[in-house]
Amino acid sequence: MKDIAIVSFAQSDCVRNAGAKNEVELIMPVIKSALGAAGLSTAQDVDFTCSGSCDYQQGAAFAFVLGVDALGAVPPIKESHVEMDAAWALYEAILKIRMGHADSALVYGFGKSSPGELPTVLSQQLDPYYLAPLWVDTVSLAAMQARMMLDQGVMEEADMAAVVARSRRNALANNPHAQLKGEVAVEQLLAEETWVSPLRKHDCCPVSDGASAMVLCTVEKAREWGKPYAVISGIDHRIETHNLGARDLTRSVSTEQAAAVAGVSDGAIEVAEIYAPYSHQEIILTRALGLGSETVVNPSGGVLAGNLMMASGLSRIGEVAQRIINGDIKRGLAHATSGPCLQHNLVTVLEAA
Amino acid sequence: MSEEREMITGIEVPIYLKYHFTAGEATARFLSQVRQGKLVGQRCPSCNNVYLPPRGSCAACGVATTEEVEVADKCTVESFTIVYIPIPGNPIQPPYVIANLIPDGANISFIHLLSECDNDTVHRGQRVQAVWKPQEEWDYAMDNIRYFKPLDEPDVPSESIGKVPVTGWEV
Repeated sequence: MKDIAIVSFAQSDCVRNAGAKNEVELIMPVIKSALGAAGLSTAQDVDFTCSGSCDYQQGAAFAFVLGVDALGAVPPIKESHVEMDAAWALYEAILKIRMGHADSALVYGFGKSSPGELPTVLSQQLDPYYLAPLWVDTVSLAAMQARMMLDQGVMEEADMAAVVARSRRNALANNPHAQLKGEVAVEQLLAEETWVSPLRKHDCCPVSDGASAMVLCTVEKAREWGKPYAVISGIDHRIETHNLGARDLTRSVSTEQAAAVAGVSDGAIEVAEIYAPYSHQEIILTRALGLGSETVVNPSGGVLAGNLMMASGLSRIGEVAQRIINGDIKRGLAHATSGPCLQHNLVTVLEAA
Repeated sequence: MSEEREMITGIEVPIYLKYHFTAGEATARFLSQVRQGKLVGQRCPSCNNVYLPPRGSCAACGVATTEEVEVADKCTVESFTIVYIPIPGNPIQPPYVIANLIPDGANISFIHLLSECDNDTVHRGQRVQAVWKPQEEWDYAMDNIRYFKPLDEPDVPSESIGKVPVTGWEV
């Protein structure tokens, strides 16, 4: 099987409202930057392009098709799209390369969530007969999950606040693209009122607009281009039932399984970038991934510092890949999630060449 | 237990989602100039094609378009169709002509109505000009132009369609 390398990554700032910018205007700068870092200029220079986005976010039908205007797709290119986080667009690109249909690929994701009411919009991803008609929003579902964990004694509110305090601190130190950052004490956070009990507003990721992009290729191609790269040594994703009542919401079985197949425990994990939209979910995921104190979790601040729906999962992978490309670390993992209460999870292990 | 149950063939699940939709920076700029009665496209810095309406990028080259170019309201018919079927909610009575039009000074077509014309003789290469609404009715919309009507000018040959300068068509 061909080894696959990530050679470049670019992400926009996470902003609460990108204003008048449309999908093309959001995507173009990160695509240009990711291609440029790989020594390329347009999508013509790679064999395959795949994107991740969801039209429900900005309320514009077929917005992902208009996004192709950012690519320079004349003459026509090989192109695909997932109505998911772009971490899964990366997964599709990996399959394409492994099957021998491409040696290089551009992957990008974008989200403009500001035009709608995101938690309500996301209620429409639930099962259409029982749950979607009830309009259960994602924050309420996450709150029920957190309540279950508190009542079972698997965490305390101070543990959740500690996740938030670390996110804000890491974002301040390491992430120029972050929307929320700063020094804040656990006691300060606990003094705030609950929003959707037991969640306080800071336990929930912000709503953000923006995009991210990545160039990957076979290791042979990366050597040919003469670019430093990070190797994807393992990747797997698993999905759980849409019936929330049939799941143990206090753990993430799908993450445990994906981590085992991706080979997380085959070596030390220096850095883990985890897609946890709510503070308590980072606690679930750190446990599911079997991470200990030797791992730095979410040095970027994670998505509590800024959440580009449909690009955040790709950005987690990019955050780890970039640290390997820069020579800061040798081995790390990235996690992406989709669906309510961590329904669907993807784990990627990245290593230095 | 042999009681027959009514087959459920559908359920009603209304969806109401509210959005503050934005057209995009380039399109918003275009619409604000249409409100002033001007057609302003954007030029690709790479291939020099002028797009109208602009979307902020050259779809062919994949680069941002920033240079604004005012084009004429005189156009050449690139293609057309005659609509005979009534479309629900559309106030226009069939048959009517919808055409791909390329304004003088632009290279890419947009779609608008042709009227005050003989439907049987509409043709590719035909010269047409905008018929604007009265200025006090102008809004952020392309229907500030009611329709396009034929001009008494010679046709543009096939190979020159989309290459007419903003100064117009001279034989």
